[in-house]
Amino acid sequence: MPFYVSPEQAMKDKADYARKGIARGRSGVVIQYDAGILFVAPNPSRALHKISEIYDRIAFAAVGRYNEYEILRKAGVRYADMTGYQYDRQDVTARGLANWYAQTLGTIFTDSQKPFEVEIVVAEVAEALADDQIYRITFDGSVNDEHGYVAMGGQAEAIATVLKEHFTDNLSLSGAIAAAIAGLTAQANGDRMEITATQLEVAVLDRSRDHRTFRRLTGARLESLLAEATPAKGDQGKARKSAADTETGQPPPEADSSKPDKPGSK
Amino acid sequence: MSAAYLSARTSSFSEFLTSAAPELLPGAAGLTVPGGLAAGLPHGTTIVAAAFNDGVVMAGDRRATAGNMISQRDIEKVFRSDEYSCIGITGVAGIGVDLVRLFQVELEHYEKLEGRALSLEGKANRLAGMVRANLGAAMQGFVVVPLLAGYDTDEGVGRIFSYDPTGGRYEEQRFHSIGSGSVFARGSLKKLYNDGMESAEAVMACMQALYDAADDDSATGGPDMTRRIYPIVATVTADGYRRLTDEETGSAAQSVIAERMSDPDGPNAALQRAPKAVE
Repeated sequence: MPFYVSPEQAMKDKADYARKGIARGRSGVVIQYDAGILFVAPNPSRALHKISEIYDRIAFAAVGRYNEYEILRKAGVRYADMTGYQYDRQDVTARGLANWYAQTLGTIFTDSQKPFEVEIVVAEVAEALADDQIYRITFDGSVNDEHGYVAMGGQAEAIATVLKEHFTDNLSLSGAIAAAIAGLTAQANGDRMEITATQLEVAVLDRSRDHRTFRRLTGARLESLLAEATPAKGDQGKARKSAADTETGQPPPEADSSKPDKPGSK
Repeated sequence: MSAAYLSARTSSFSEFLTSAAPELLPGAAGLTVPGGLAAGLPHGTTIVAAAFNDGVVMAGDRRATAGNMISQRDIEKVFRSDEYSCIGITGVAGIGVDLVRLFQVELEHYEKLEGRALSLEGKANRLAGMVRANLGAAMQGFVVVPLLAGYDTDEGVGRIFSYDPTGGRYEEQRFHSIGSGSVFARGSLKKLYNDGMESAEAVMACMQALYDAADDDSATGGPDMTRRIYPIVATVTADGYRRLTDEETGSAAQSVIAERMSDPDGPNAALQRAPKAVE
């Protein structure tokens, strides 16, 4: 028997449904550093990626339901390859792609019974750090132009708070990884989470590369970066905890360890 | 269009293009053009390729001809198709260049969607399908024939694939040549090629073969010393694709020419193979 539901209520129900689904999942972090843009997401799978290459200087990160963001990822690659084929490689931009995703997600949100339970980030690395672009697109198609860092999914707000404390301009790669790990481990309030290389999916858009700038960081390279980013696990945990307890005077633990990495990270 | 991006099920870009925007396919306009036009369009000419001990080399001259006119002196006909393969084209240049662009996107598209690159066999078969898709245009004279050379990362060898306009795919052993000067280039390579050549030797053999093609085929351009236009030469090895710099190809071209100043027909092959030393 059909009954009346007001449009406001219908939209609210859909939004609540999507928000709950996204919050249940794990988080992802995107953060700028001196030589590019870093993507980190806890992901035990080696094959089912949350972070992917879209085009020469553009990457995609997502949280939520795998089958749904996988549809969006593939569509994004098609959009980018089609645009590049029709025009030129330099005409494929994160802004264009973010707009396309926003329209697509907006249409899905209003037109279909069930909204996509996803949150995605589209980032483009530029020649200069100031020109990097990071867009966060949510399940209803709203777009946010982000600067410096983004946290999405799970306890996104708590992570963003920690990232804010750790983020500075011109972080080194290991500094950025340390900040991302601090954010991702902070979500279990108070309890320090152990994160090892095998539980993380890490990738970068490397500013200095030509053509395709996307690189996954895996295996030994990732382990050494993690070791560099978390010099002494016990101390780091304490430092993180105290930092999270609003003791902001504490310098970020990665500040010193980051310096030797700078020449090598180019 | 938006729905097509979301609903496509294929990992092939050319297949996606065929369903979503067929007008963008190379040679799609050919079917509506009256015959006889093709002869007046720029044509690419000679491409040679040779396998060597740890990879494969491909080289192409720089001339494009429209009938008896040289339409371009510095056209590029050898391209990187992905990290472990390169492609050269002969025939109608306009469609050929588009075919290369589509093939490049095709390989990268598959790699991004599937998370792994196609095998070399897969790339060769895909290219065959794309050449076959141009058959309608080829029937009207807009023929494009590519040559594919790549490094097989599974087997650790360089391999060469040639094609006919119907999409027939043929794996070539050791060396091959396509285009208007290919008869002369292949004859030359046959005499100069040795199994287990080093990279530099294979490059030199290709340079000599292109010179011989230019010597006897009016549509193939030799090294242009006055304008410093030299053949495009690329190698593909375990380290990936590498296009030789203009300095490298220039010095190879110069040594070929210097040698031919005294001996215009180039190096002599032995009349008979020296008997193998008995141990």
